[in-house]
Amino acid sequence: MEVKQFKPGIWTDKIDVRDFVVNNVTPYHGNHQFLVGPSVKTQKLWDVCKEATKLERKNNGVLALDTDVISTISAFDAGYIDKENEVIVGLQTDQLLKRTMKPFGGFKVVQKALSEQGLKPNDNLTELFSKYVKTHNDGVFSAYNDEIKKFRSLGFLTGLPDNYARGRIIGDYRRVALYGIDFLIASKKEDLAKINGPMTDAVIRLREEVSDQIKALREMIELGAKYDLDLGRPAENAKEAVQWTYMAYLAAVKEQDGAAMSLGNVSTFLDIYIENDLQDGFITENEAQEYIDQFVMKLRMVRHLRMAAYDEIFAGDPTWVTEAIGGMFEDGRTKVTKTSFRFLNTLYNLGPSPEPNMTVLWSKHLPENFKNYCAKVAIDTSSIQFENDELMRTIRGNDDYGIACCVSYQALGKSIQFFGARTNLAKTLLLAINGGRCEITGTQMVGGIEPCNCEYLDFDKVMANFKIAMKEVARVYNDSMNIIHYMHDKYYYEKAQMALIDTNPSINIAYGIAGLSIVADSLSAIKYAKVKPIRNEEGLTVDFKIEGEFPCYGNDDDRVDALAANAVADFNNELKKLPVYKNAYPTLSVLTITSNVVYGKKTGATPDGREKGVPFAPGANPMHGRDSHGAIASLNSVAKINYEDSQDGISNTFSIVPKSLGANSEERIENMVDILDGYFSRKAQHINVNVLDKETLLDAMEHPEEYPQLTIRVSGYAVNFVRLTREQQMEVITRSFHESI
Amino acid sequence: MVVFLQGCNLKCLYCHNPDTIDKCGGKEIHIDELVQKAINLKSYFGKRGGVTVSGGEPLLQSKALLIFFKRLKAEGIHTNVDTNGRILNHFTEDLLDNYADLVMLDIKHVTEQGYQFLVGQKNKETSFEFAKHREASGKKMWLRYVLIPGITNKPELLHQLGDHFKDYKTIEKIEIQPYHKLGIHKWEALGWNYELKDARENTKEEIDAAAEILKNYFREVKVN
Repeated sequence: MEVKQFKPGIWTDKIDVRDFVVNNVTPYHGNHQFLVGPSVKTQKLWDVCKEATKLERKNNGVLALDTDVISTISAFDAGYIDKENEVIVGLQTDQLLKRTMKPFGGFKVVQKALSEQGLKPNDNLTELFSKYVKTHNDGVFSAYNDEIKKFRSLGFLTGLPDNYARGRIIGDYRRVALYGIDFLIASKKEDLAKINGPMTDAVIRLREEVSDQIKALREMIELGAKYDLDLGRPAENAKEAVQWTYMAYLAAVKEQDGAAMSLGNVSTFLDIYIENDLQDGFITENEAQEYIDQFVMKLRMVRHLRMAAYDEIFAGDPTWVTEAIGGMFEDGRTKVTKTSFRFLNTLYNLGPSPEPNMTVLWSKHLPENFKNYCAKVAIDTSSIQFENDELMRTIRGNDDYGIACCVSYQALGKSIQFFGARTNLAKTLLLAINGGRCEITGTQMVGGIEPCNCEYLDFDKVMANFKIAMKEVARVYNDSMNIIHYMHDKYYYEKAQMALIDTNPSINIAYGIAGLSIVADSLSAIKYAKVKPIRNEEGLTVDFKIEGEFPCYGNDDDRVDALAANAVADFNNELKKLPVYKNAYPTLSVLTITSNVVYGKKTGATPDGREKGVPFAPGANPMHGRDSHGAIASLNSVAKINYEDSQDGISNTFSIVPKSLGANSEERIENMVDILDGYFSRKAQHINVNVLDKETLLDAMEHPEEYPQLTIRVSGYAVNFVRLTREQQMEVITRSFHESI
Repeated sequence: MVVFLQGCNLKCLYCHNPDTIDKCGGKEIHIDELVQKAINLKSYFGKRGGVTVSGGEPLLQSKALLIFFKRLKAEGIHTNVDTNGRILNHFTEDLLDNYADLVMLDIKHVTEQGYQFLVGQKNKETSFEFAKHREASGKKMWLRYVLIPGITNKPELLHQLGDHFKDYKTIEKIEIQPYHKLGIHKWEALGWNYELKDARENTKEEIDAAAEILKNYFREVKVN
């Protein structure tokens, strides 16, 4: 290998990208004044993209579809946006924004998505998949038992990746640039040779997986060849480093259409090559920014084929190309480089955008200039989110990590996660007061809970029953997850991504809950006020009468905040007791994406006074309008949920009107930095920041054509506001917009 | 964190918080609750933040503020008093000299006539004495000055203001508060007559001109 221009280390002989970065990075403490605008080529290219996305929106959200070819790493000829202006090349197909079939997750989903566009897969494929080929979806449903199906159909478990790809796995795409694929193949071959008998299930499976990974790597070389790129060798300059990294990512999104296909943490890595080329006088800042602008543009153009029902849980056509930016090294240096700034600068050069999902890893030790710039970008674009680097790095134990999907830590190249959507904790609480029956259908869901006929709900009794319900729901949830991930590995294994990850990585299984604030406020009402359930003739609760006052989650009141934190801890403890496929270790998230609306629809009236069908608050947010003691009190409540109990992430979406943040730009930036420093020093994990007036959103609803790039953070990700349905737009608008700090 | 204390000893014509003038209004909050709130907010204070007491005139409640500020200082929280400087007694002196990290002193007018016109009370010298006391303590102070076209923005008044304070070492800066009419609706809500109705807001040029003059005398001039 050619390594003379880089400082050698462990990375030179074995795959260790972190070691390469640690040895070669140039941390940057300066300000953003060095940044430049978009090049002429970039502008021309972006004009084409803007036109295409406009057409896409006009055309019901889909510009073009392929109904003949199964998308694989090497399927489709090379595609270009406008070849002569493209510095970084590569599209998922031969045409910009064309969506493709990836049927191994579930063929019915592909059929449904196509039929919604008035199309169907070609007849050969239909015959193949209905008669001969089994998919992940087929596998899961052949193993699901009645109990799981019942929990799924009645809305206790929702959004499970049993009919679509699980995603969330982040390939270490940097490996292709640093080592070249030939080296990666040789390395995987060595691994394979070491995996030997006794041939137990696990060993056989691993051998098969590594063999598939090697095939995927060979296919990636073919993909590169279509664009005249020699991916077999390492990248030799900055442009190639960006190009090689993108090709690796492209391979992943050609083969898989997982809900979240995140990028990792490539900016610090790429900066090493860029800095080298700048030092050598090989490129100027204009080229450096051009590479990043065009790379980011490509990431914005990633598309997957989705059916309409999918939009209910993941609104706005997200792809979660999450890029983690910044953070600190274990040795106390910052990971912030000039390229961290260059990535954020794309939000000015190309305008605001939900993708890539830029996530700043925040630490109080970040350079002040970078903090200020991040605050400025958040205020100007509402397009970035922040996560607590100090917390994740110290508790999870690795400083080289990316964010999978919205909020989830994932050590790069060392670990993966099994995505598990979420369970409805509010409905679980209703089981506790309905004798274990579904409050809507009356179906018996769990046993061992005495029906309660008292006039007023008794806190201790409800709590005891709630614990039984949590235990039972956790058990069924765990069963379903084990089946899902067993089948996903079997029928839709992520061979491209896994080829870029260590053989036999550590795995965490990512459970989730929805409705936390409803649970906390309901328990608070039962404990501090008097709650009288109104039951129908079947004895099911249909409404609750509350007498007296009770503290609500979101006001920095320990009486109720502790109920929220304990509910998370209790459910997590139940999950930890259960056996998991591939010995993955359990983690929990408090995150809803946009499914808080669907979950609300499927949930009857709750003891906090929420009516049947009303949307939940998203993620770990307090319920809209109940956090009445100002922005910081609301933040402090969320910060009390322990990350130790919820290591897959605790999502908080925060909206504040510009004028309450400060009178002028300078004050707003100062205050934003103080808010982030303060919030994260309280061990909070995540925050989405929107700095917007409600009026802007209302105007965008009426005149969407004037706001093609208006971006808003929803729950761990961002969306183009105008791509949301009217119902989703209304839900976003009813959320709390803090008018006082 | 700003705590607005109810009750004022003045009734300035342009007051933008007239609802805090009445000494009998407001609601009582226990000091424990305020201290707890400040502790909960402490991590957000950053390099500049802390607790500011404003009003009303906070020093009307100096005795209680002494307890409040003592406890804030024990928690390592920065303290600030936003005052008209009319009260200087045993309690205020103890508070100012020992527990208030910063004083923001509102200089209403530099002439006796103008002062009386604006605040409805005699003796502008009281607040000048207050400034002298603060200067003697060596602890930091900001001045605040409401700029009203035709009333406080005349160049000779600004020079007089600057000349009076130019040798003060504790004054870090002066903040110009351009007059605005945002408080009028509050006066109407209280059923009071807003006597300054004819005053107009400053033009950008007027604000710049005033700032230019004050820059001759003060280390920093900030326009709010």
